[in-house]
Amino acid sequence: MTTERERRFVGPRRGQLVFALVFLTLSVLLLALIGEQTTWVKKAKLFAQPRFWPAVSLGGMVLLGGLHFYQLPWRRASRYDLWEARQWGRSAEYAIWFMGYVVLVPIIGYLPVTLVFVPLLARRMGYRGRVMMGISLGFALMVVVLFKGILAVKIPGALLYEYLPGALRNFFILYL
Amino acid sequence: MDLILSAIEILMRWDVALALLAGSVGGVLIGAIPGVGPAVAIAILLPATFSMDPIVGLTVLLGIYGSSMYGGAIPAILINTPGTAVNALTTYDGYPMTARGEPRRALSLAYSASFFGGVFSVVCLILFAPVLAKVAPMFGSREIFLAALLGLILVVVAHRGQALIAGALACLGIFLNTIGMEPVKYTQRYTFDQDFLGSGVNLIVVVLGLFALSQAFVLLMDEDEKVHVTKLRGGMFQGLRELARHPRVAGVSASFGVLMGMIPGVGEFTAQFMSYTYAQKSSKRPQDFGKGSSEGLIAAETANNAVPAAAMVPLLALGIPGEALTAMMLSVFYVHNVVPGPGLFQNDMDFVVALYLALLILNVLVLIFLLFATRSLVQVVKIPNRFLGVCILTLSFVGVYSLRNSATDCLLAAGFGLFGFILKRLSLPAVPIILGMVLGGIMEVKLRSGMARVKEPLDFINRPISFILFTIIILVLASHILRVWRDRKELKEAEWQTKTASTSFGKLMSRRKNSFLKDRGKEVRGRHSKLLRRLKGLF
Repeated sequence: MTTERERRFVGPRRGQLVFALVFLTLSVLLLALIGEQTTWVKKAKLFAQPRFWPAVSLGGMVLLGGLHFYQLPWRRASRYDLWEARQWGRSAEYAIWFMGYVVLVPIIGYLPVTLVFVPLLARRMGYRGRVMMGISLGFALMVVVLFKGILAVKIPGALLYEYLPGALRNFFILYL
Repeated sequence: MDLILSAIEILMRWDVALALLAGSVGGVLIGAIPGVGPAVAIAILLPATFSMDPIVGLTVLLGIYGSSMYGGAIPAILINTPGTAVNALTTYDGYPMTARGEPRRALSLAYSASFFGGVFSVVCLILFAPVLAKVAPMFGSREIFLAALLGLILVVVAHRGQALIAGALACLGIFLNTIGMEPVKYTQRYTFDQDFLGSGVNLIVVVLGLFALSQAFVLLMDEDEKVHVTKLRGGMFQGLRELARHPRVAGVSASFGVLMGMIPGVGEFTAQFMSYTYAQKSSKRPQDFGKGSSEGLIAAETANNAVPAAAMVPLLALGIPGEALTAMMLSVFYVHNVVPGPGLFQNDMDFVVALYLALLILNVLVLIFLLFATRSLVQVVKIPNRFLGVCILTLSFVGVYSLRNSATDCLLAAGFGLFGFILKRLSLPAVPIILGMVLGGIMEVKLRSGMARVKEPLDFINRPISFILFTIIILVLASHILRVWRDRKELKEAEWQTKTASTSFGKLMSRRKNSFLKDRGKEVRGRHSKLLRRLKGLF
């Protein structure tokens, strides 16, 4: 039966215990490394010490994170916590997609990679129809033209563009 | 008058006009798509604005901030899903109006109320600017440190029921800001001998990870929903007439918006809550609230749109952002070497007034756009969630990679994206991290310079403003502790009420005696005393 304390808790139950435990453990580990990772400067006041703010922040993380852990209405991990942790792991797939995109752009080029990445990820998400594929391609093209062509954001030309003939090479490096 | 003329001169440029148009239309579109919101859009566009003039870049971002709430009212009213988080209260009275066949009236009233709130706050602040210009120079290092501390405390205590973890996350933000080379003594802090950590963790990388990438992950993991949008017929002008019938509700709500917006960390939600409560209490028909009351809709929409202009006050006058969106805007100032704070009000008052005028024009543009384009605009609500996730992921790349062309930044952003995703799944706040990062940096610098000029710790609060700020901090903390104590008392009372056993002391002792006499009790006590003997034996 759900207790009054559990009912008043803000947010879902699943995963709270795992998160609080990991957060507290990492905070304690970082605080334990403070002597090694920061310096105490002689003849400097306490507030001017390079160690002062890391100590305050990590101290706060340990203290408040510890109190949050202590205040949780649950002490044992349930199967829902493990299910939630698996969901967190599943989302890493999209982080890998993102990193793949990041790695390929400087090699193959912003335009070609975006033109492949958007429809491919849309397909992975279950959009197989011609209309959605068309929209994906249109969106990819629009993003490249708007950001690199018009707003001129800093995205360098790809290695592959070096093999293009003279004028086309310059155009691709500058605008696509 | 000269001030306003020179401010108009700053705005009389084609690129500012284009920025106003792009910001207003873009903001409405972004607000109208549930699941995107202004934070995601501003985070993505931030690096793109670095190459623009400060006034142009800030106008685009302010446009998105100011107009997204107009757009957010569309799905809130038509499909009961708020477009941005602050439109949640709009669903209370907006959707019931749609359900009874008055979507056009609800939308037109929401636009009119939003317009009134936006214009009221800008006019108030333009009139208030000379006073601010006089007060702002009274803020020295100590006062700015205390104001930043107050902002951080307010953000933490505003998360009712989650204050402990919000405080821990704010501390995480402060810690993230300390990573890298410390600029005074030139020592490394938590770099683990890694070169990429030497220059610290970039605020924009964290912002993009926590707001844009995490939202993309949420949408990609989500299911698509079938959305049915009610068709709109007829004009949208009746709301202006209806708003004129409730000047008291609109005026009070806009004033709440202005006041709450100026206080760091408080923002739209408190303003809306106060205005809605006031409107309900003072209404002749309080029973209609939550069932399609026009006064409720006016209160909610007027209050939230009065906040953006007011939220710029602590940012421009003291350099202290009160929430995540203004924290992002602060980085635009820094990139252009424009330091917001008392100096800006003294030296570049025309720039400040130009920003407010831009907000005023923006409100007019948005209203005109919405009055004529709502029928076409409602279609954006139909964009499927997962495809939206694909779009945000693609756009996030531009935001992170264009900063320094660094794959490490992208890796860090992806890491923060996963962290933000976990926070969203657990309904934990990400805003304290961002404010911790921004305010932590300000607090470190100001405390160091402030303490260098004082002999004793109490000298820190010997000036009037610093003393007032210190007193407010103590009052806020005391009221929070009192609230926590009351909540705990209520919880205990509720727990006792749900218990089936008697709560009298005599009965409690009797139960205790019975437990002592039972075999199971004896067995447990025997085991405990055995363990205690063993423990004593060790020493």
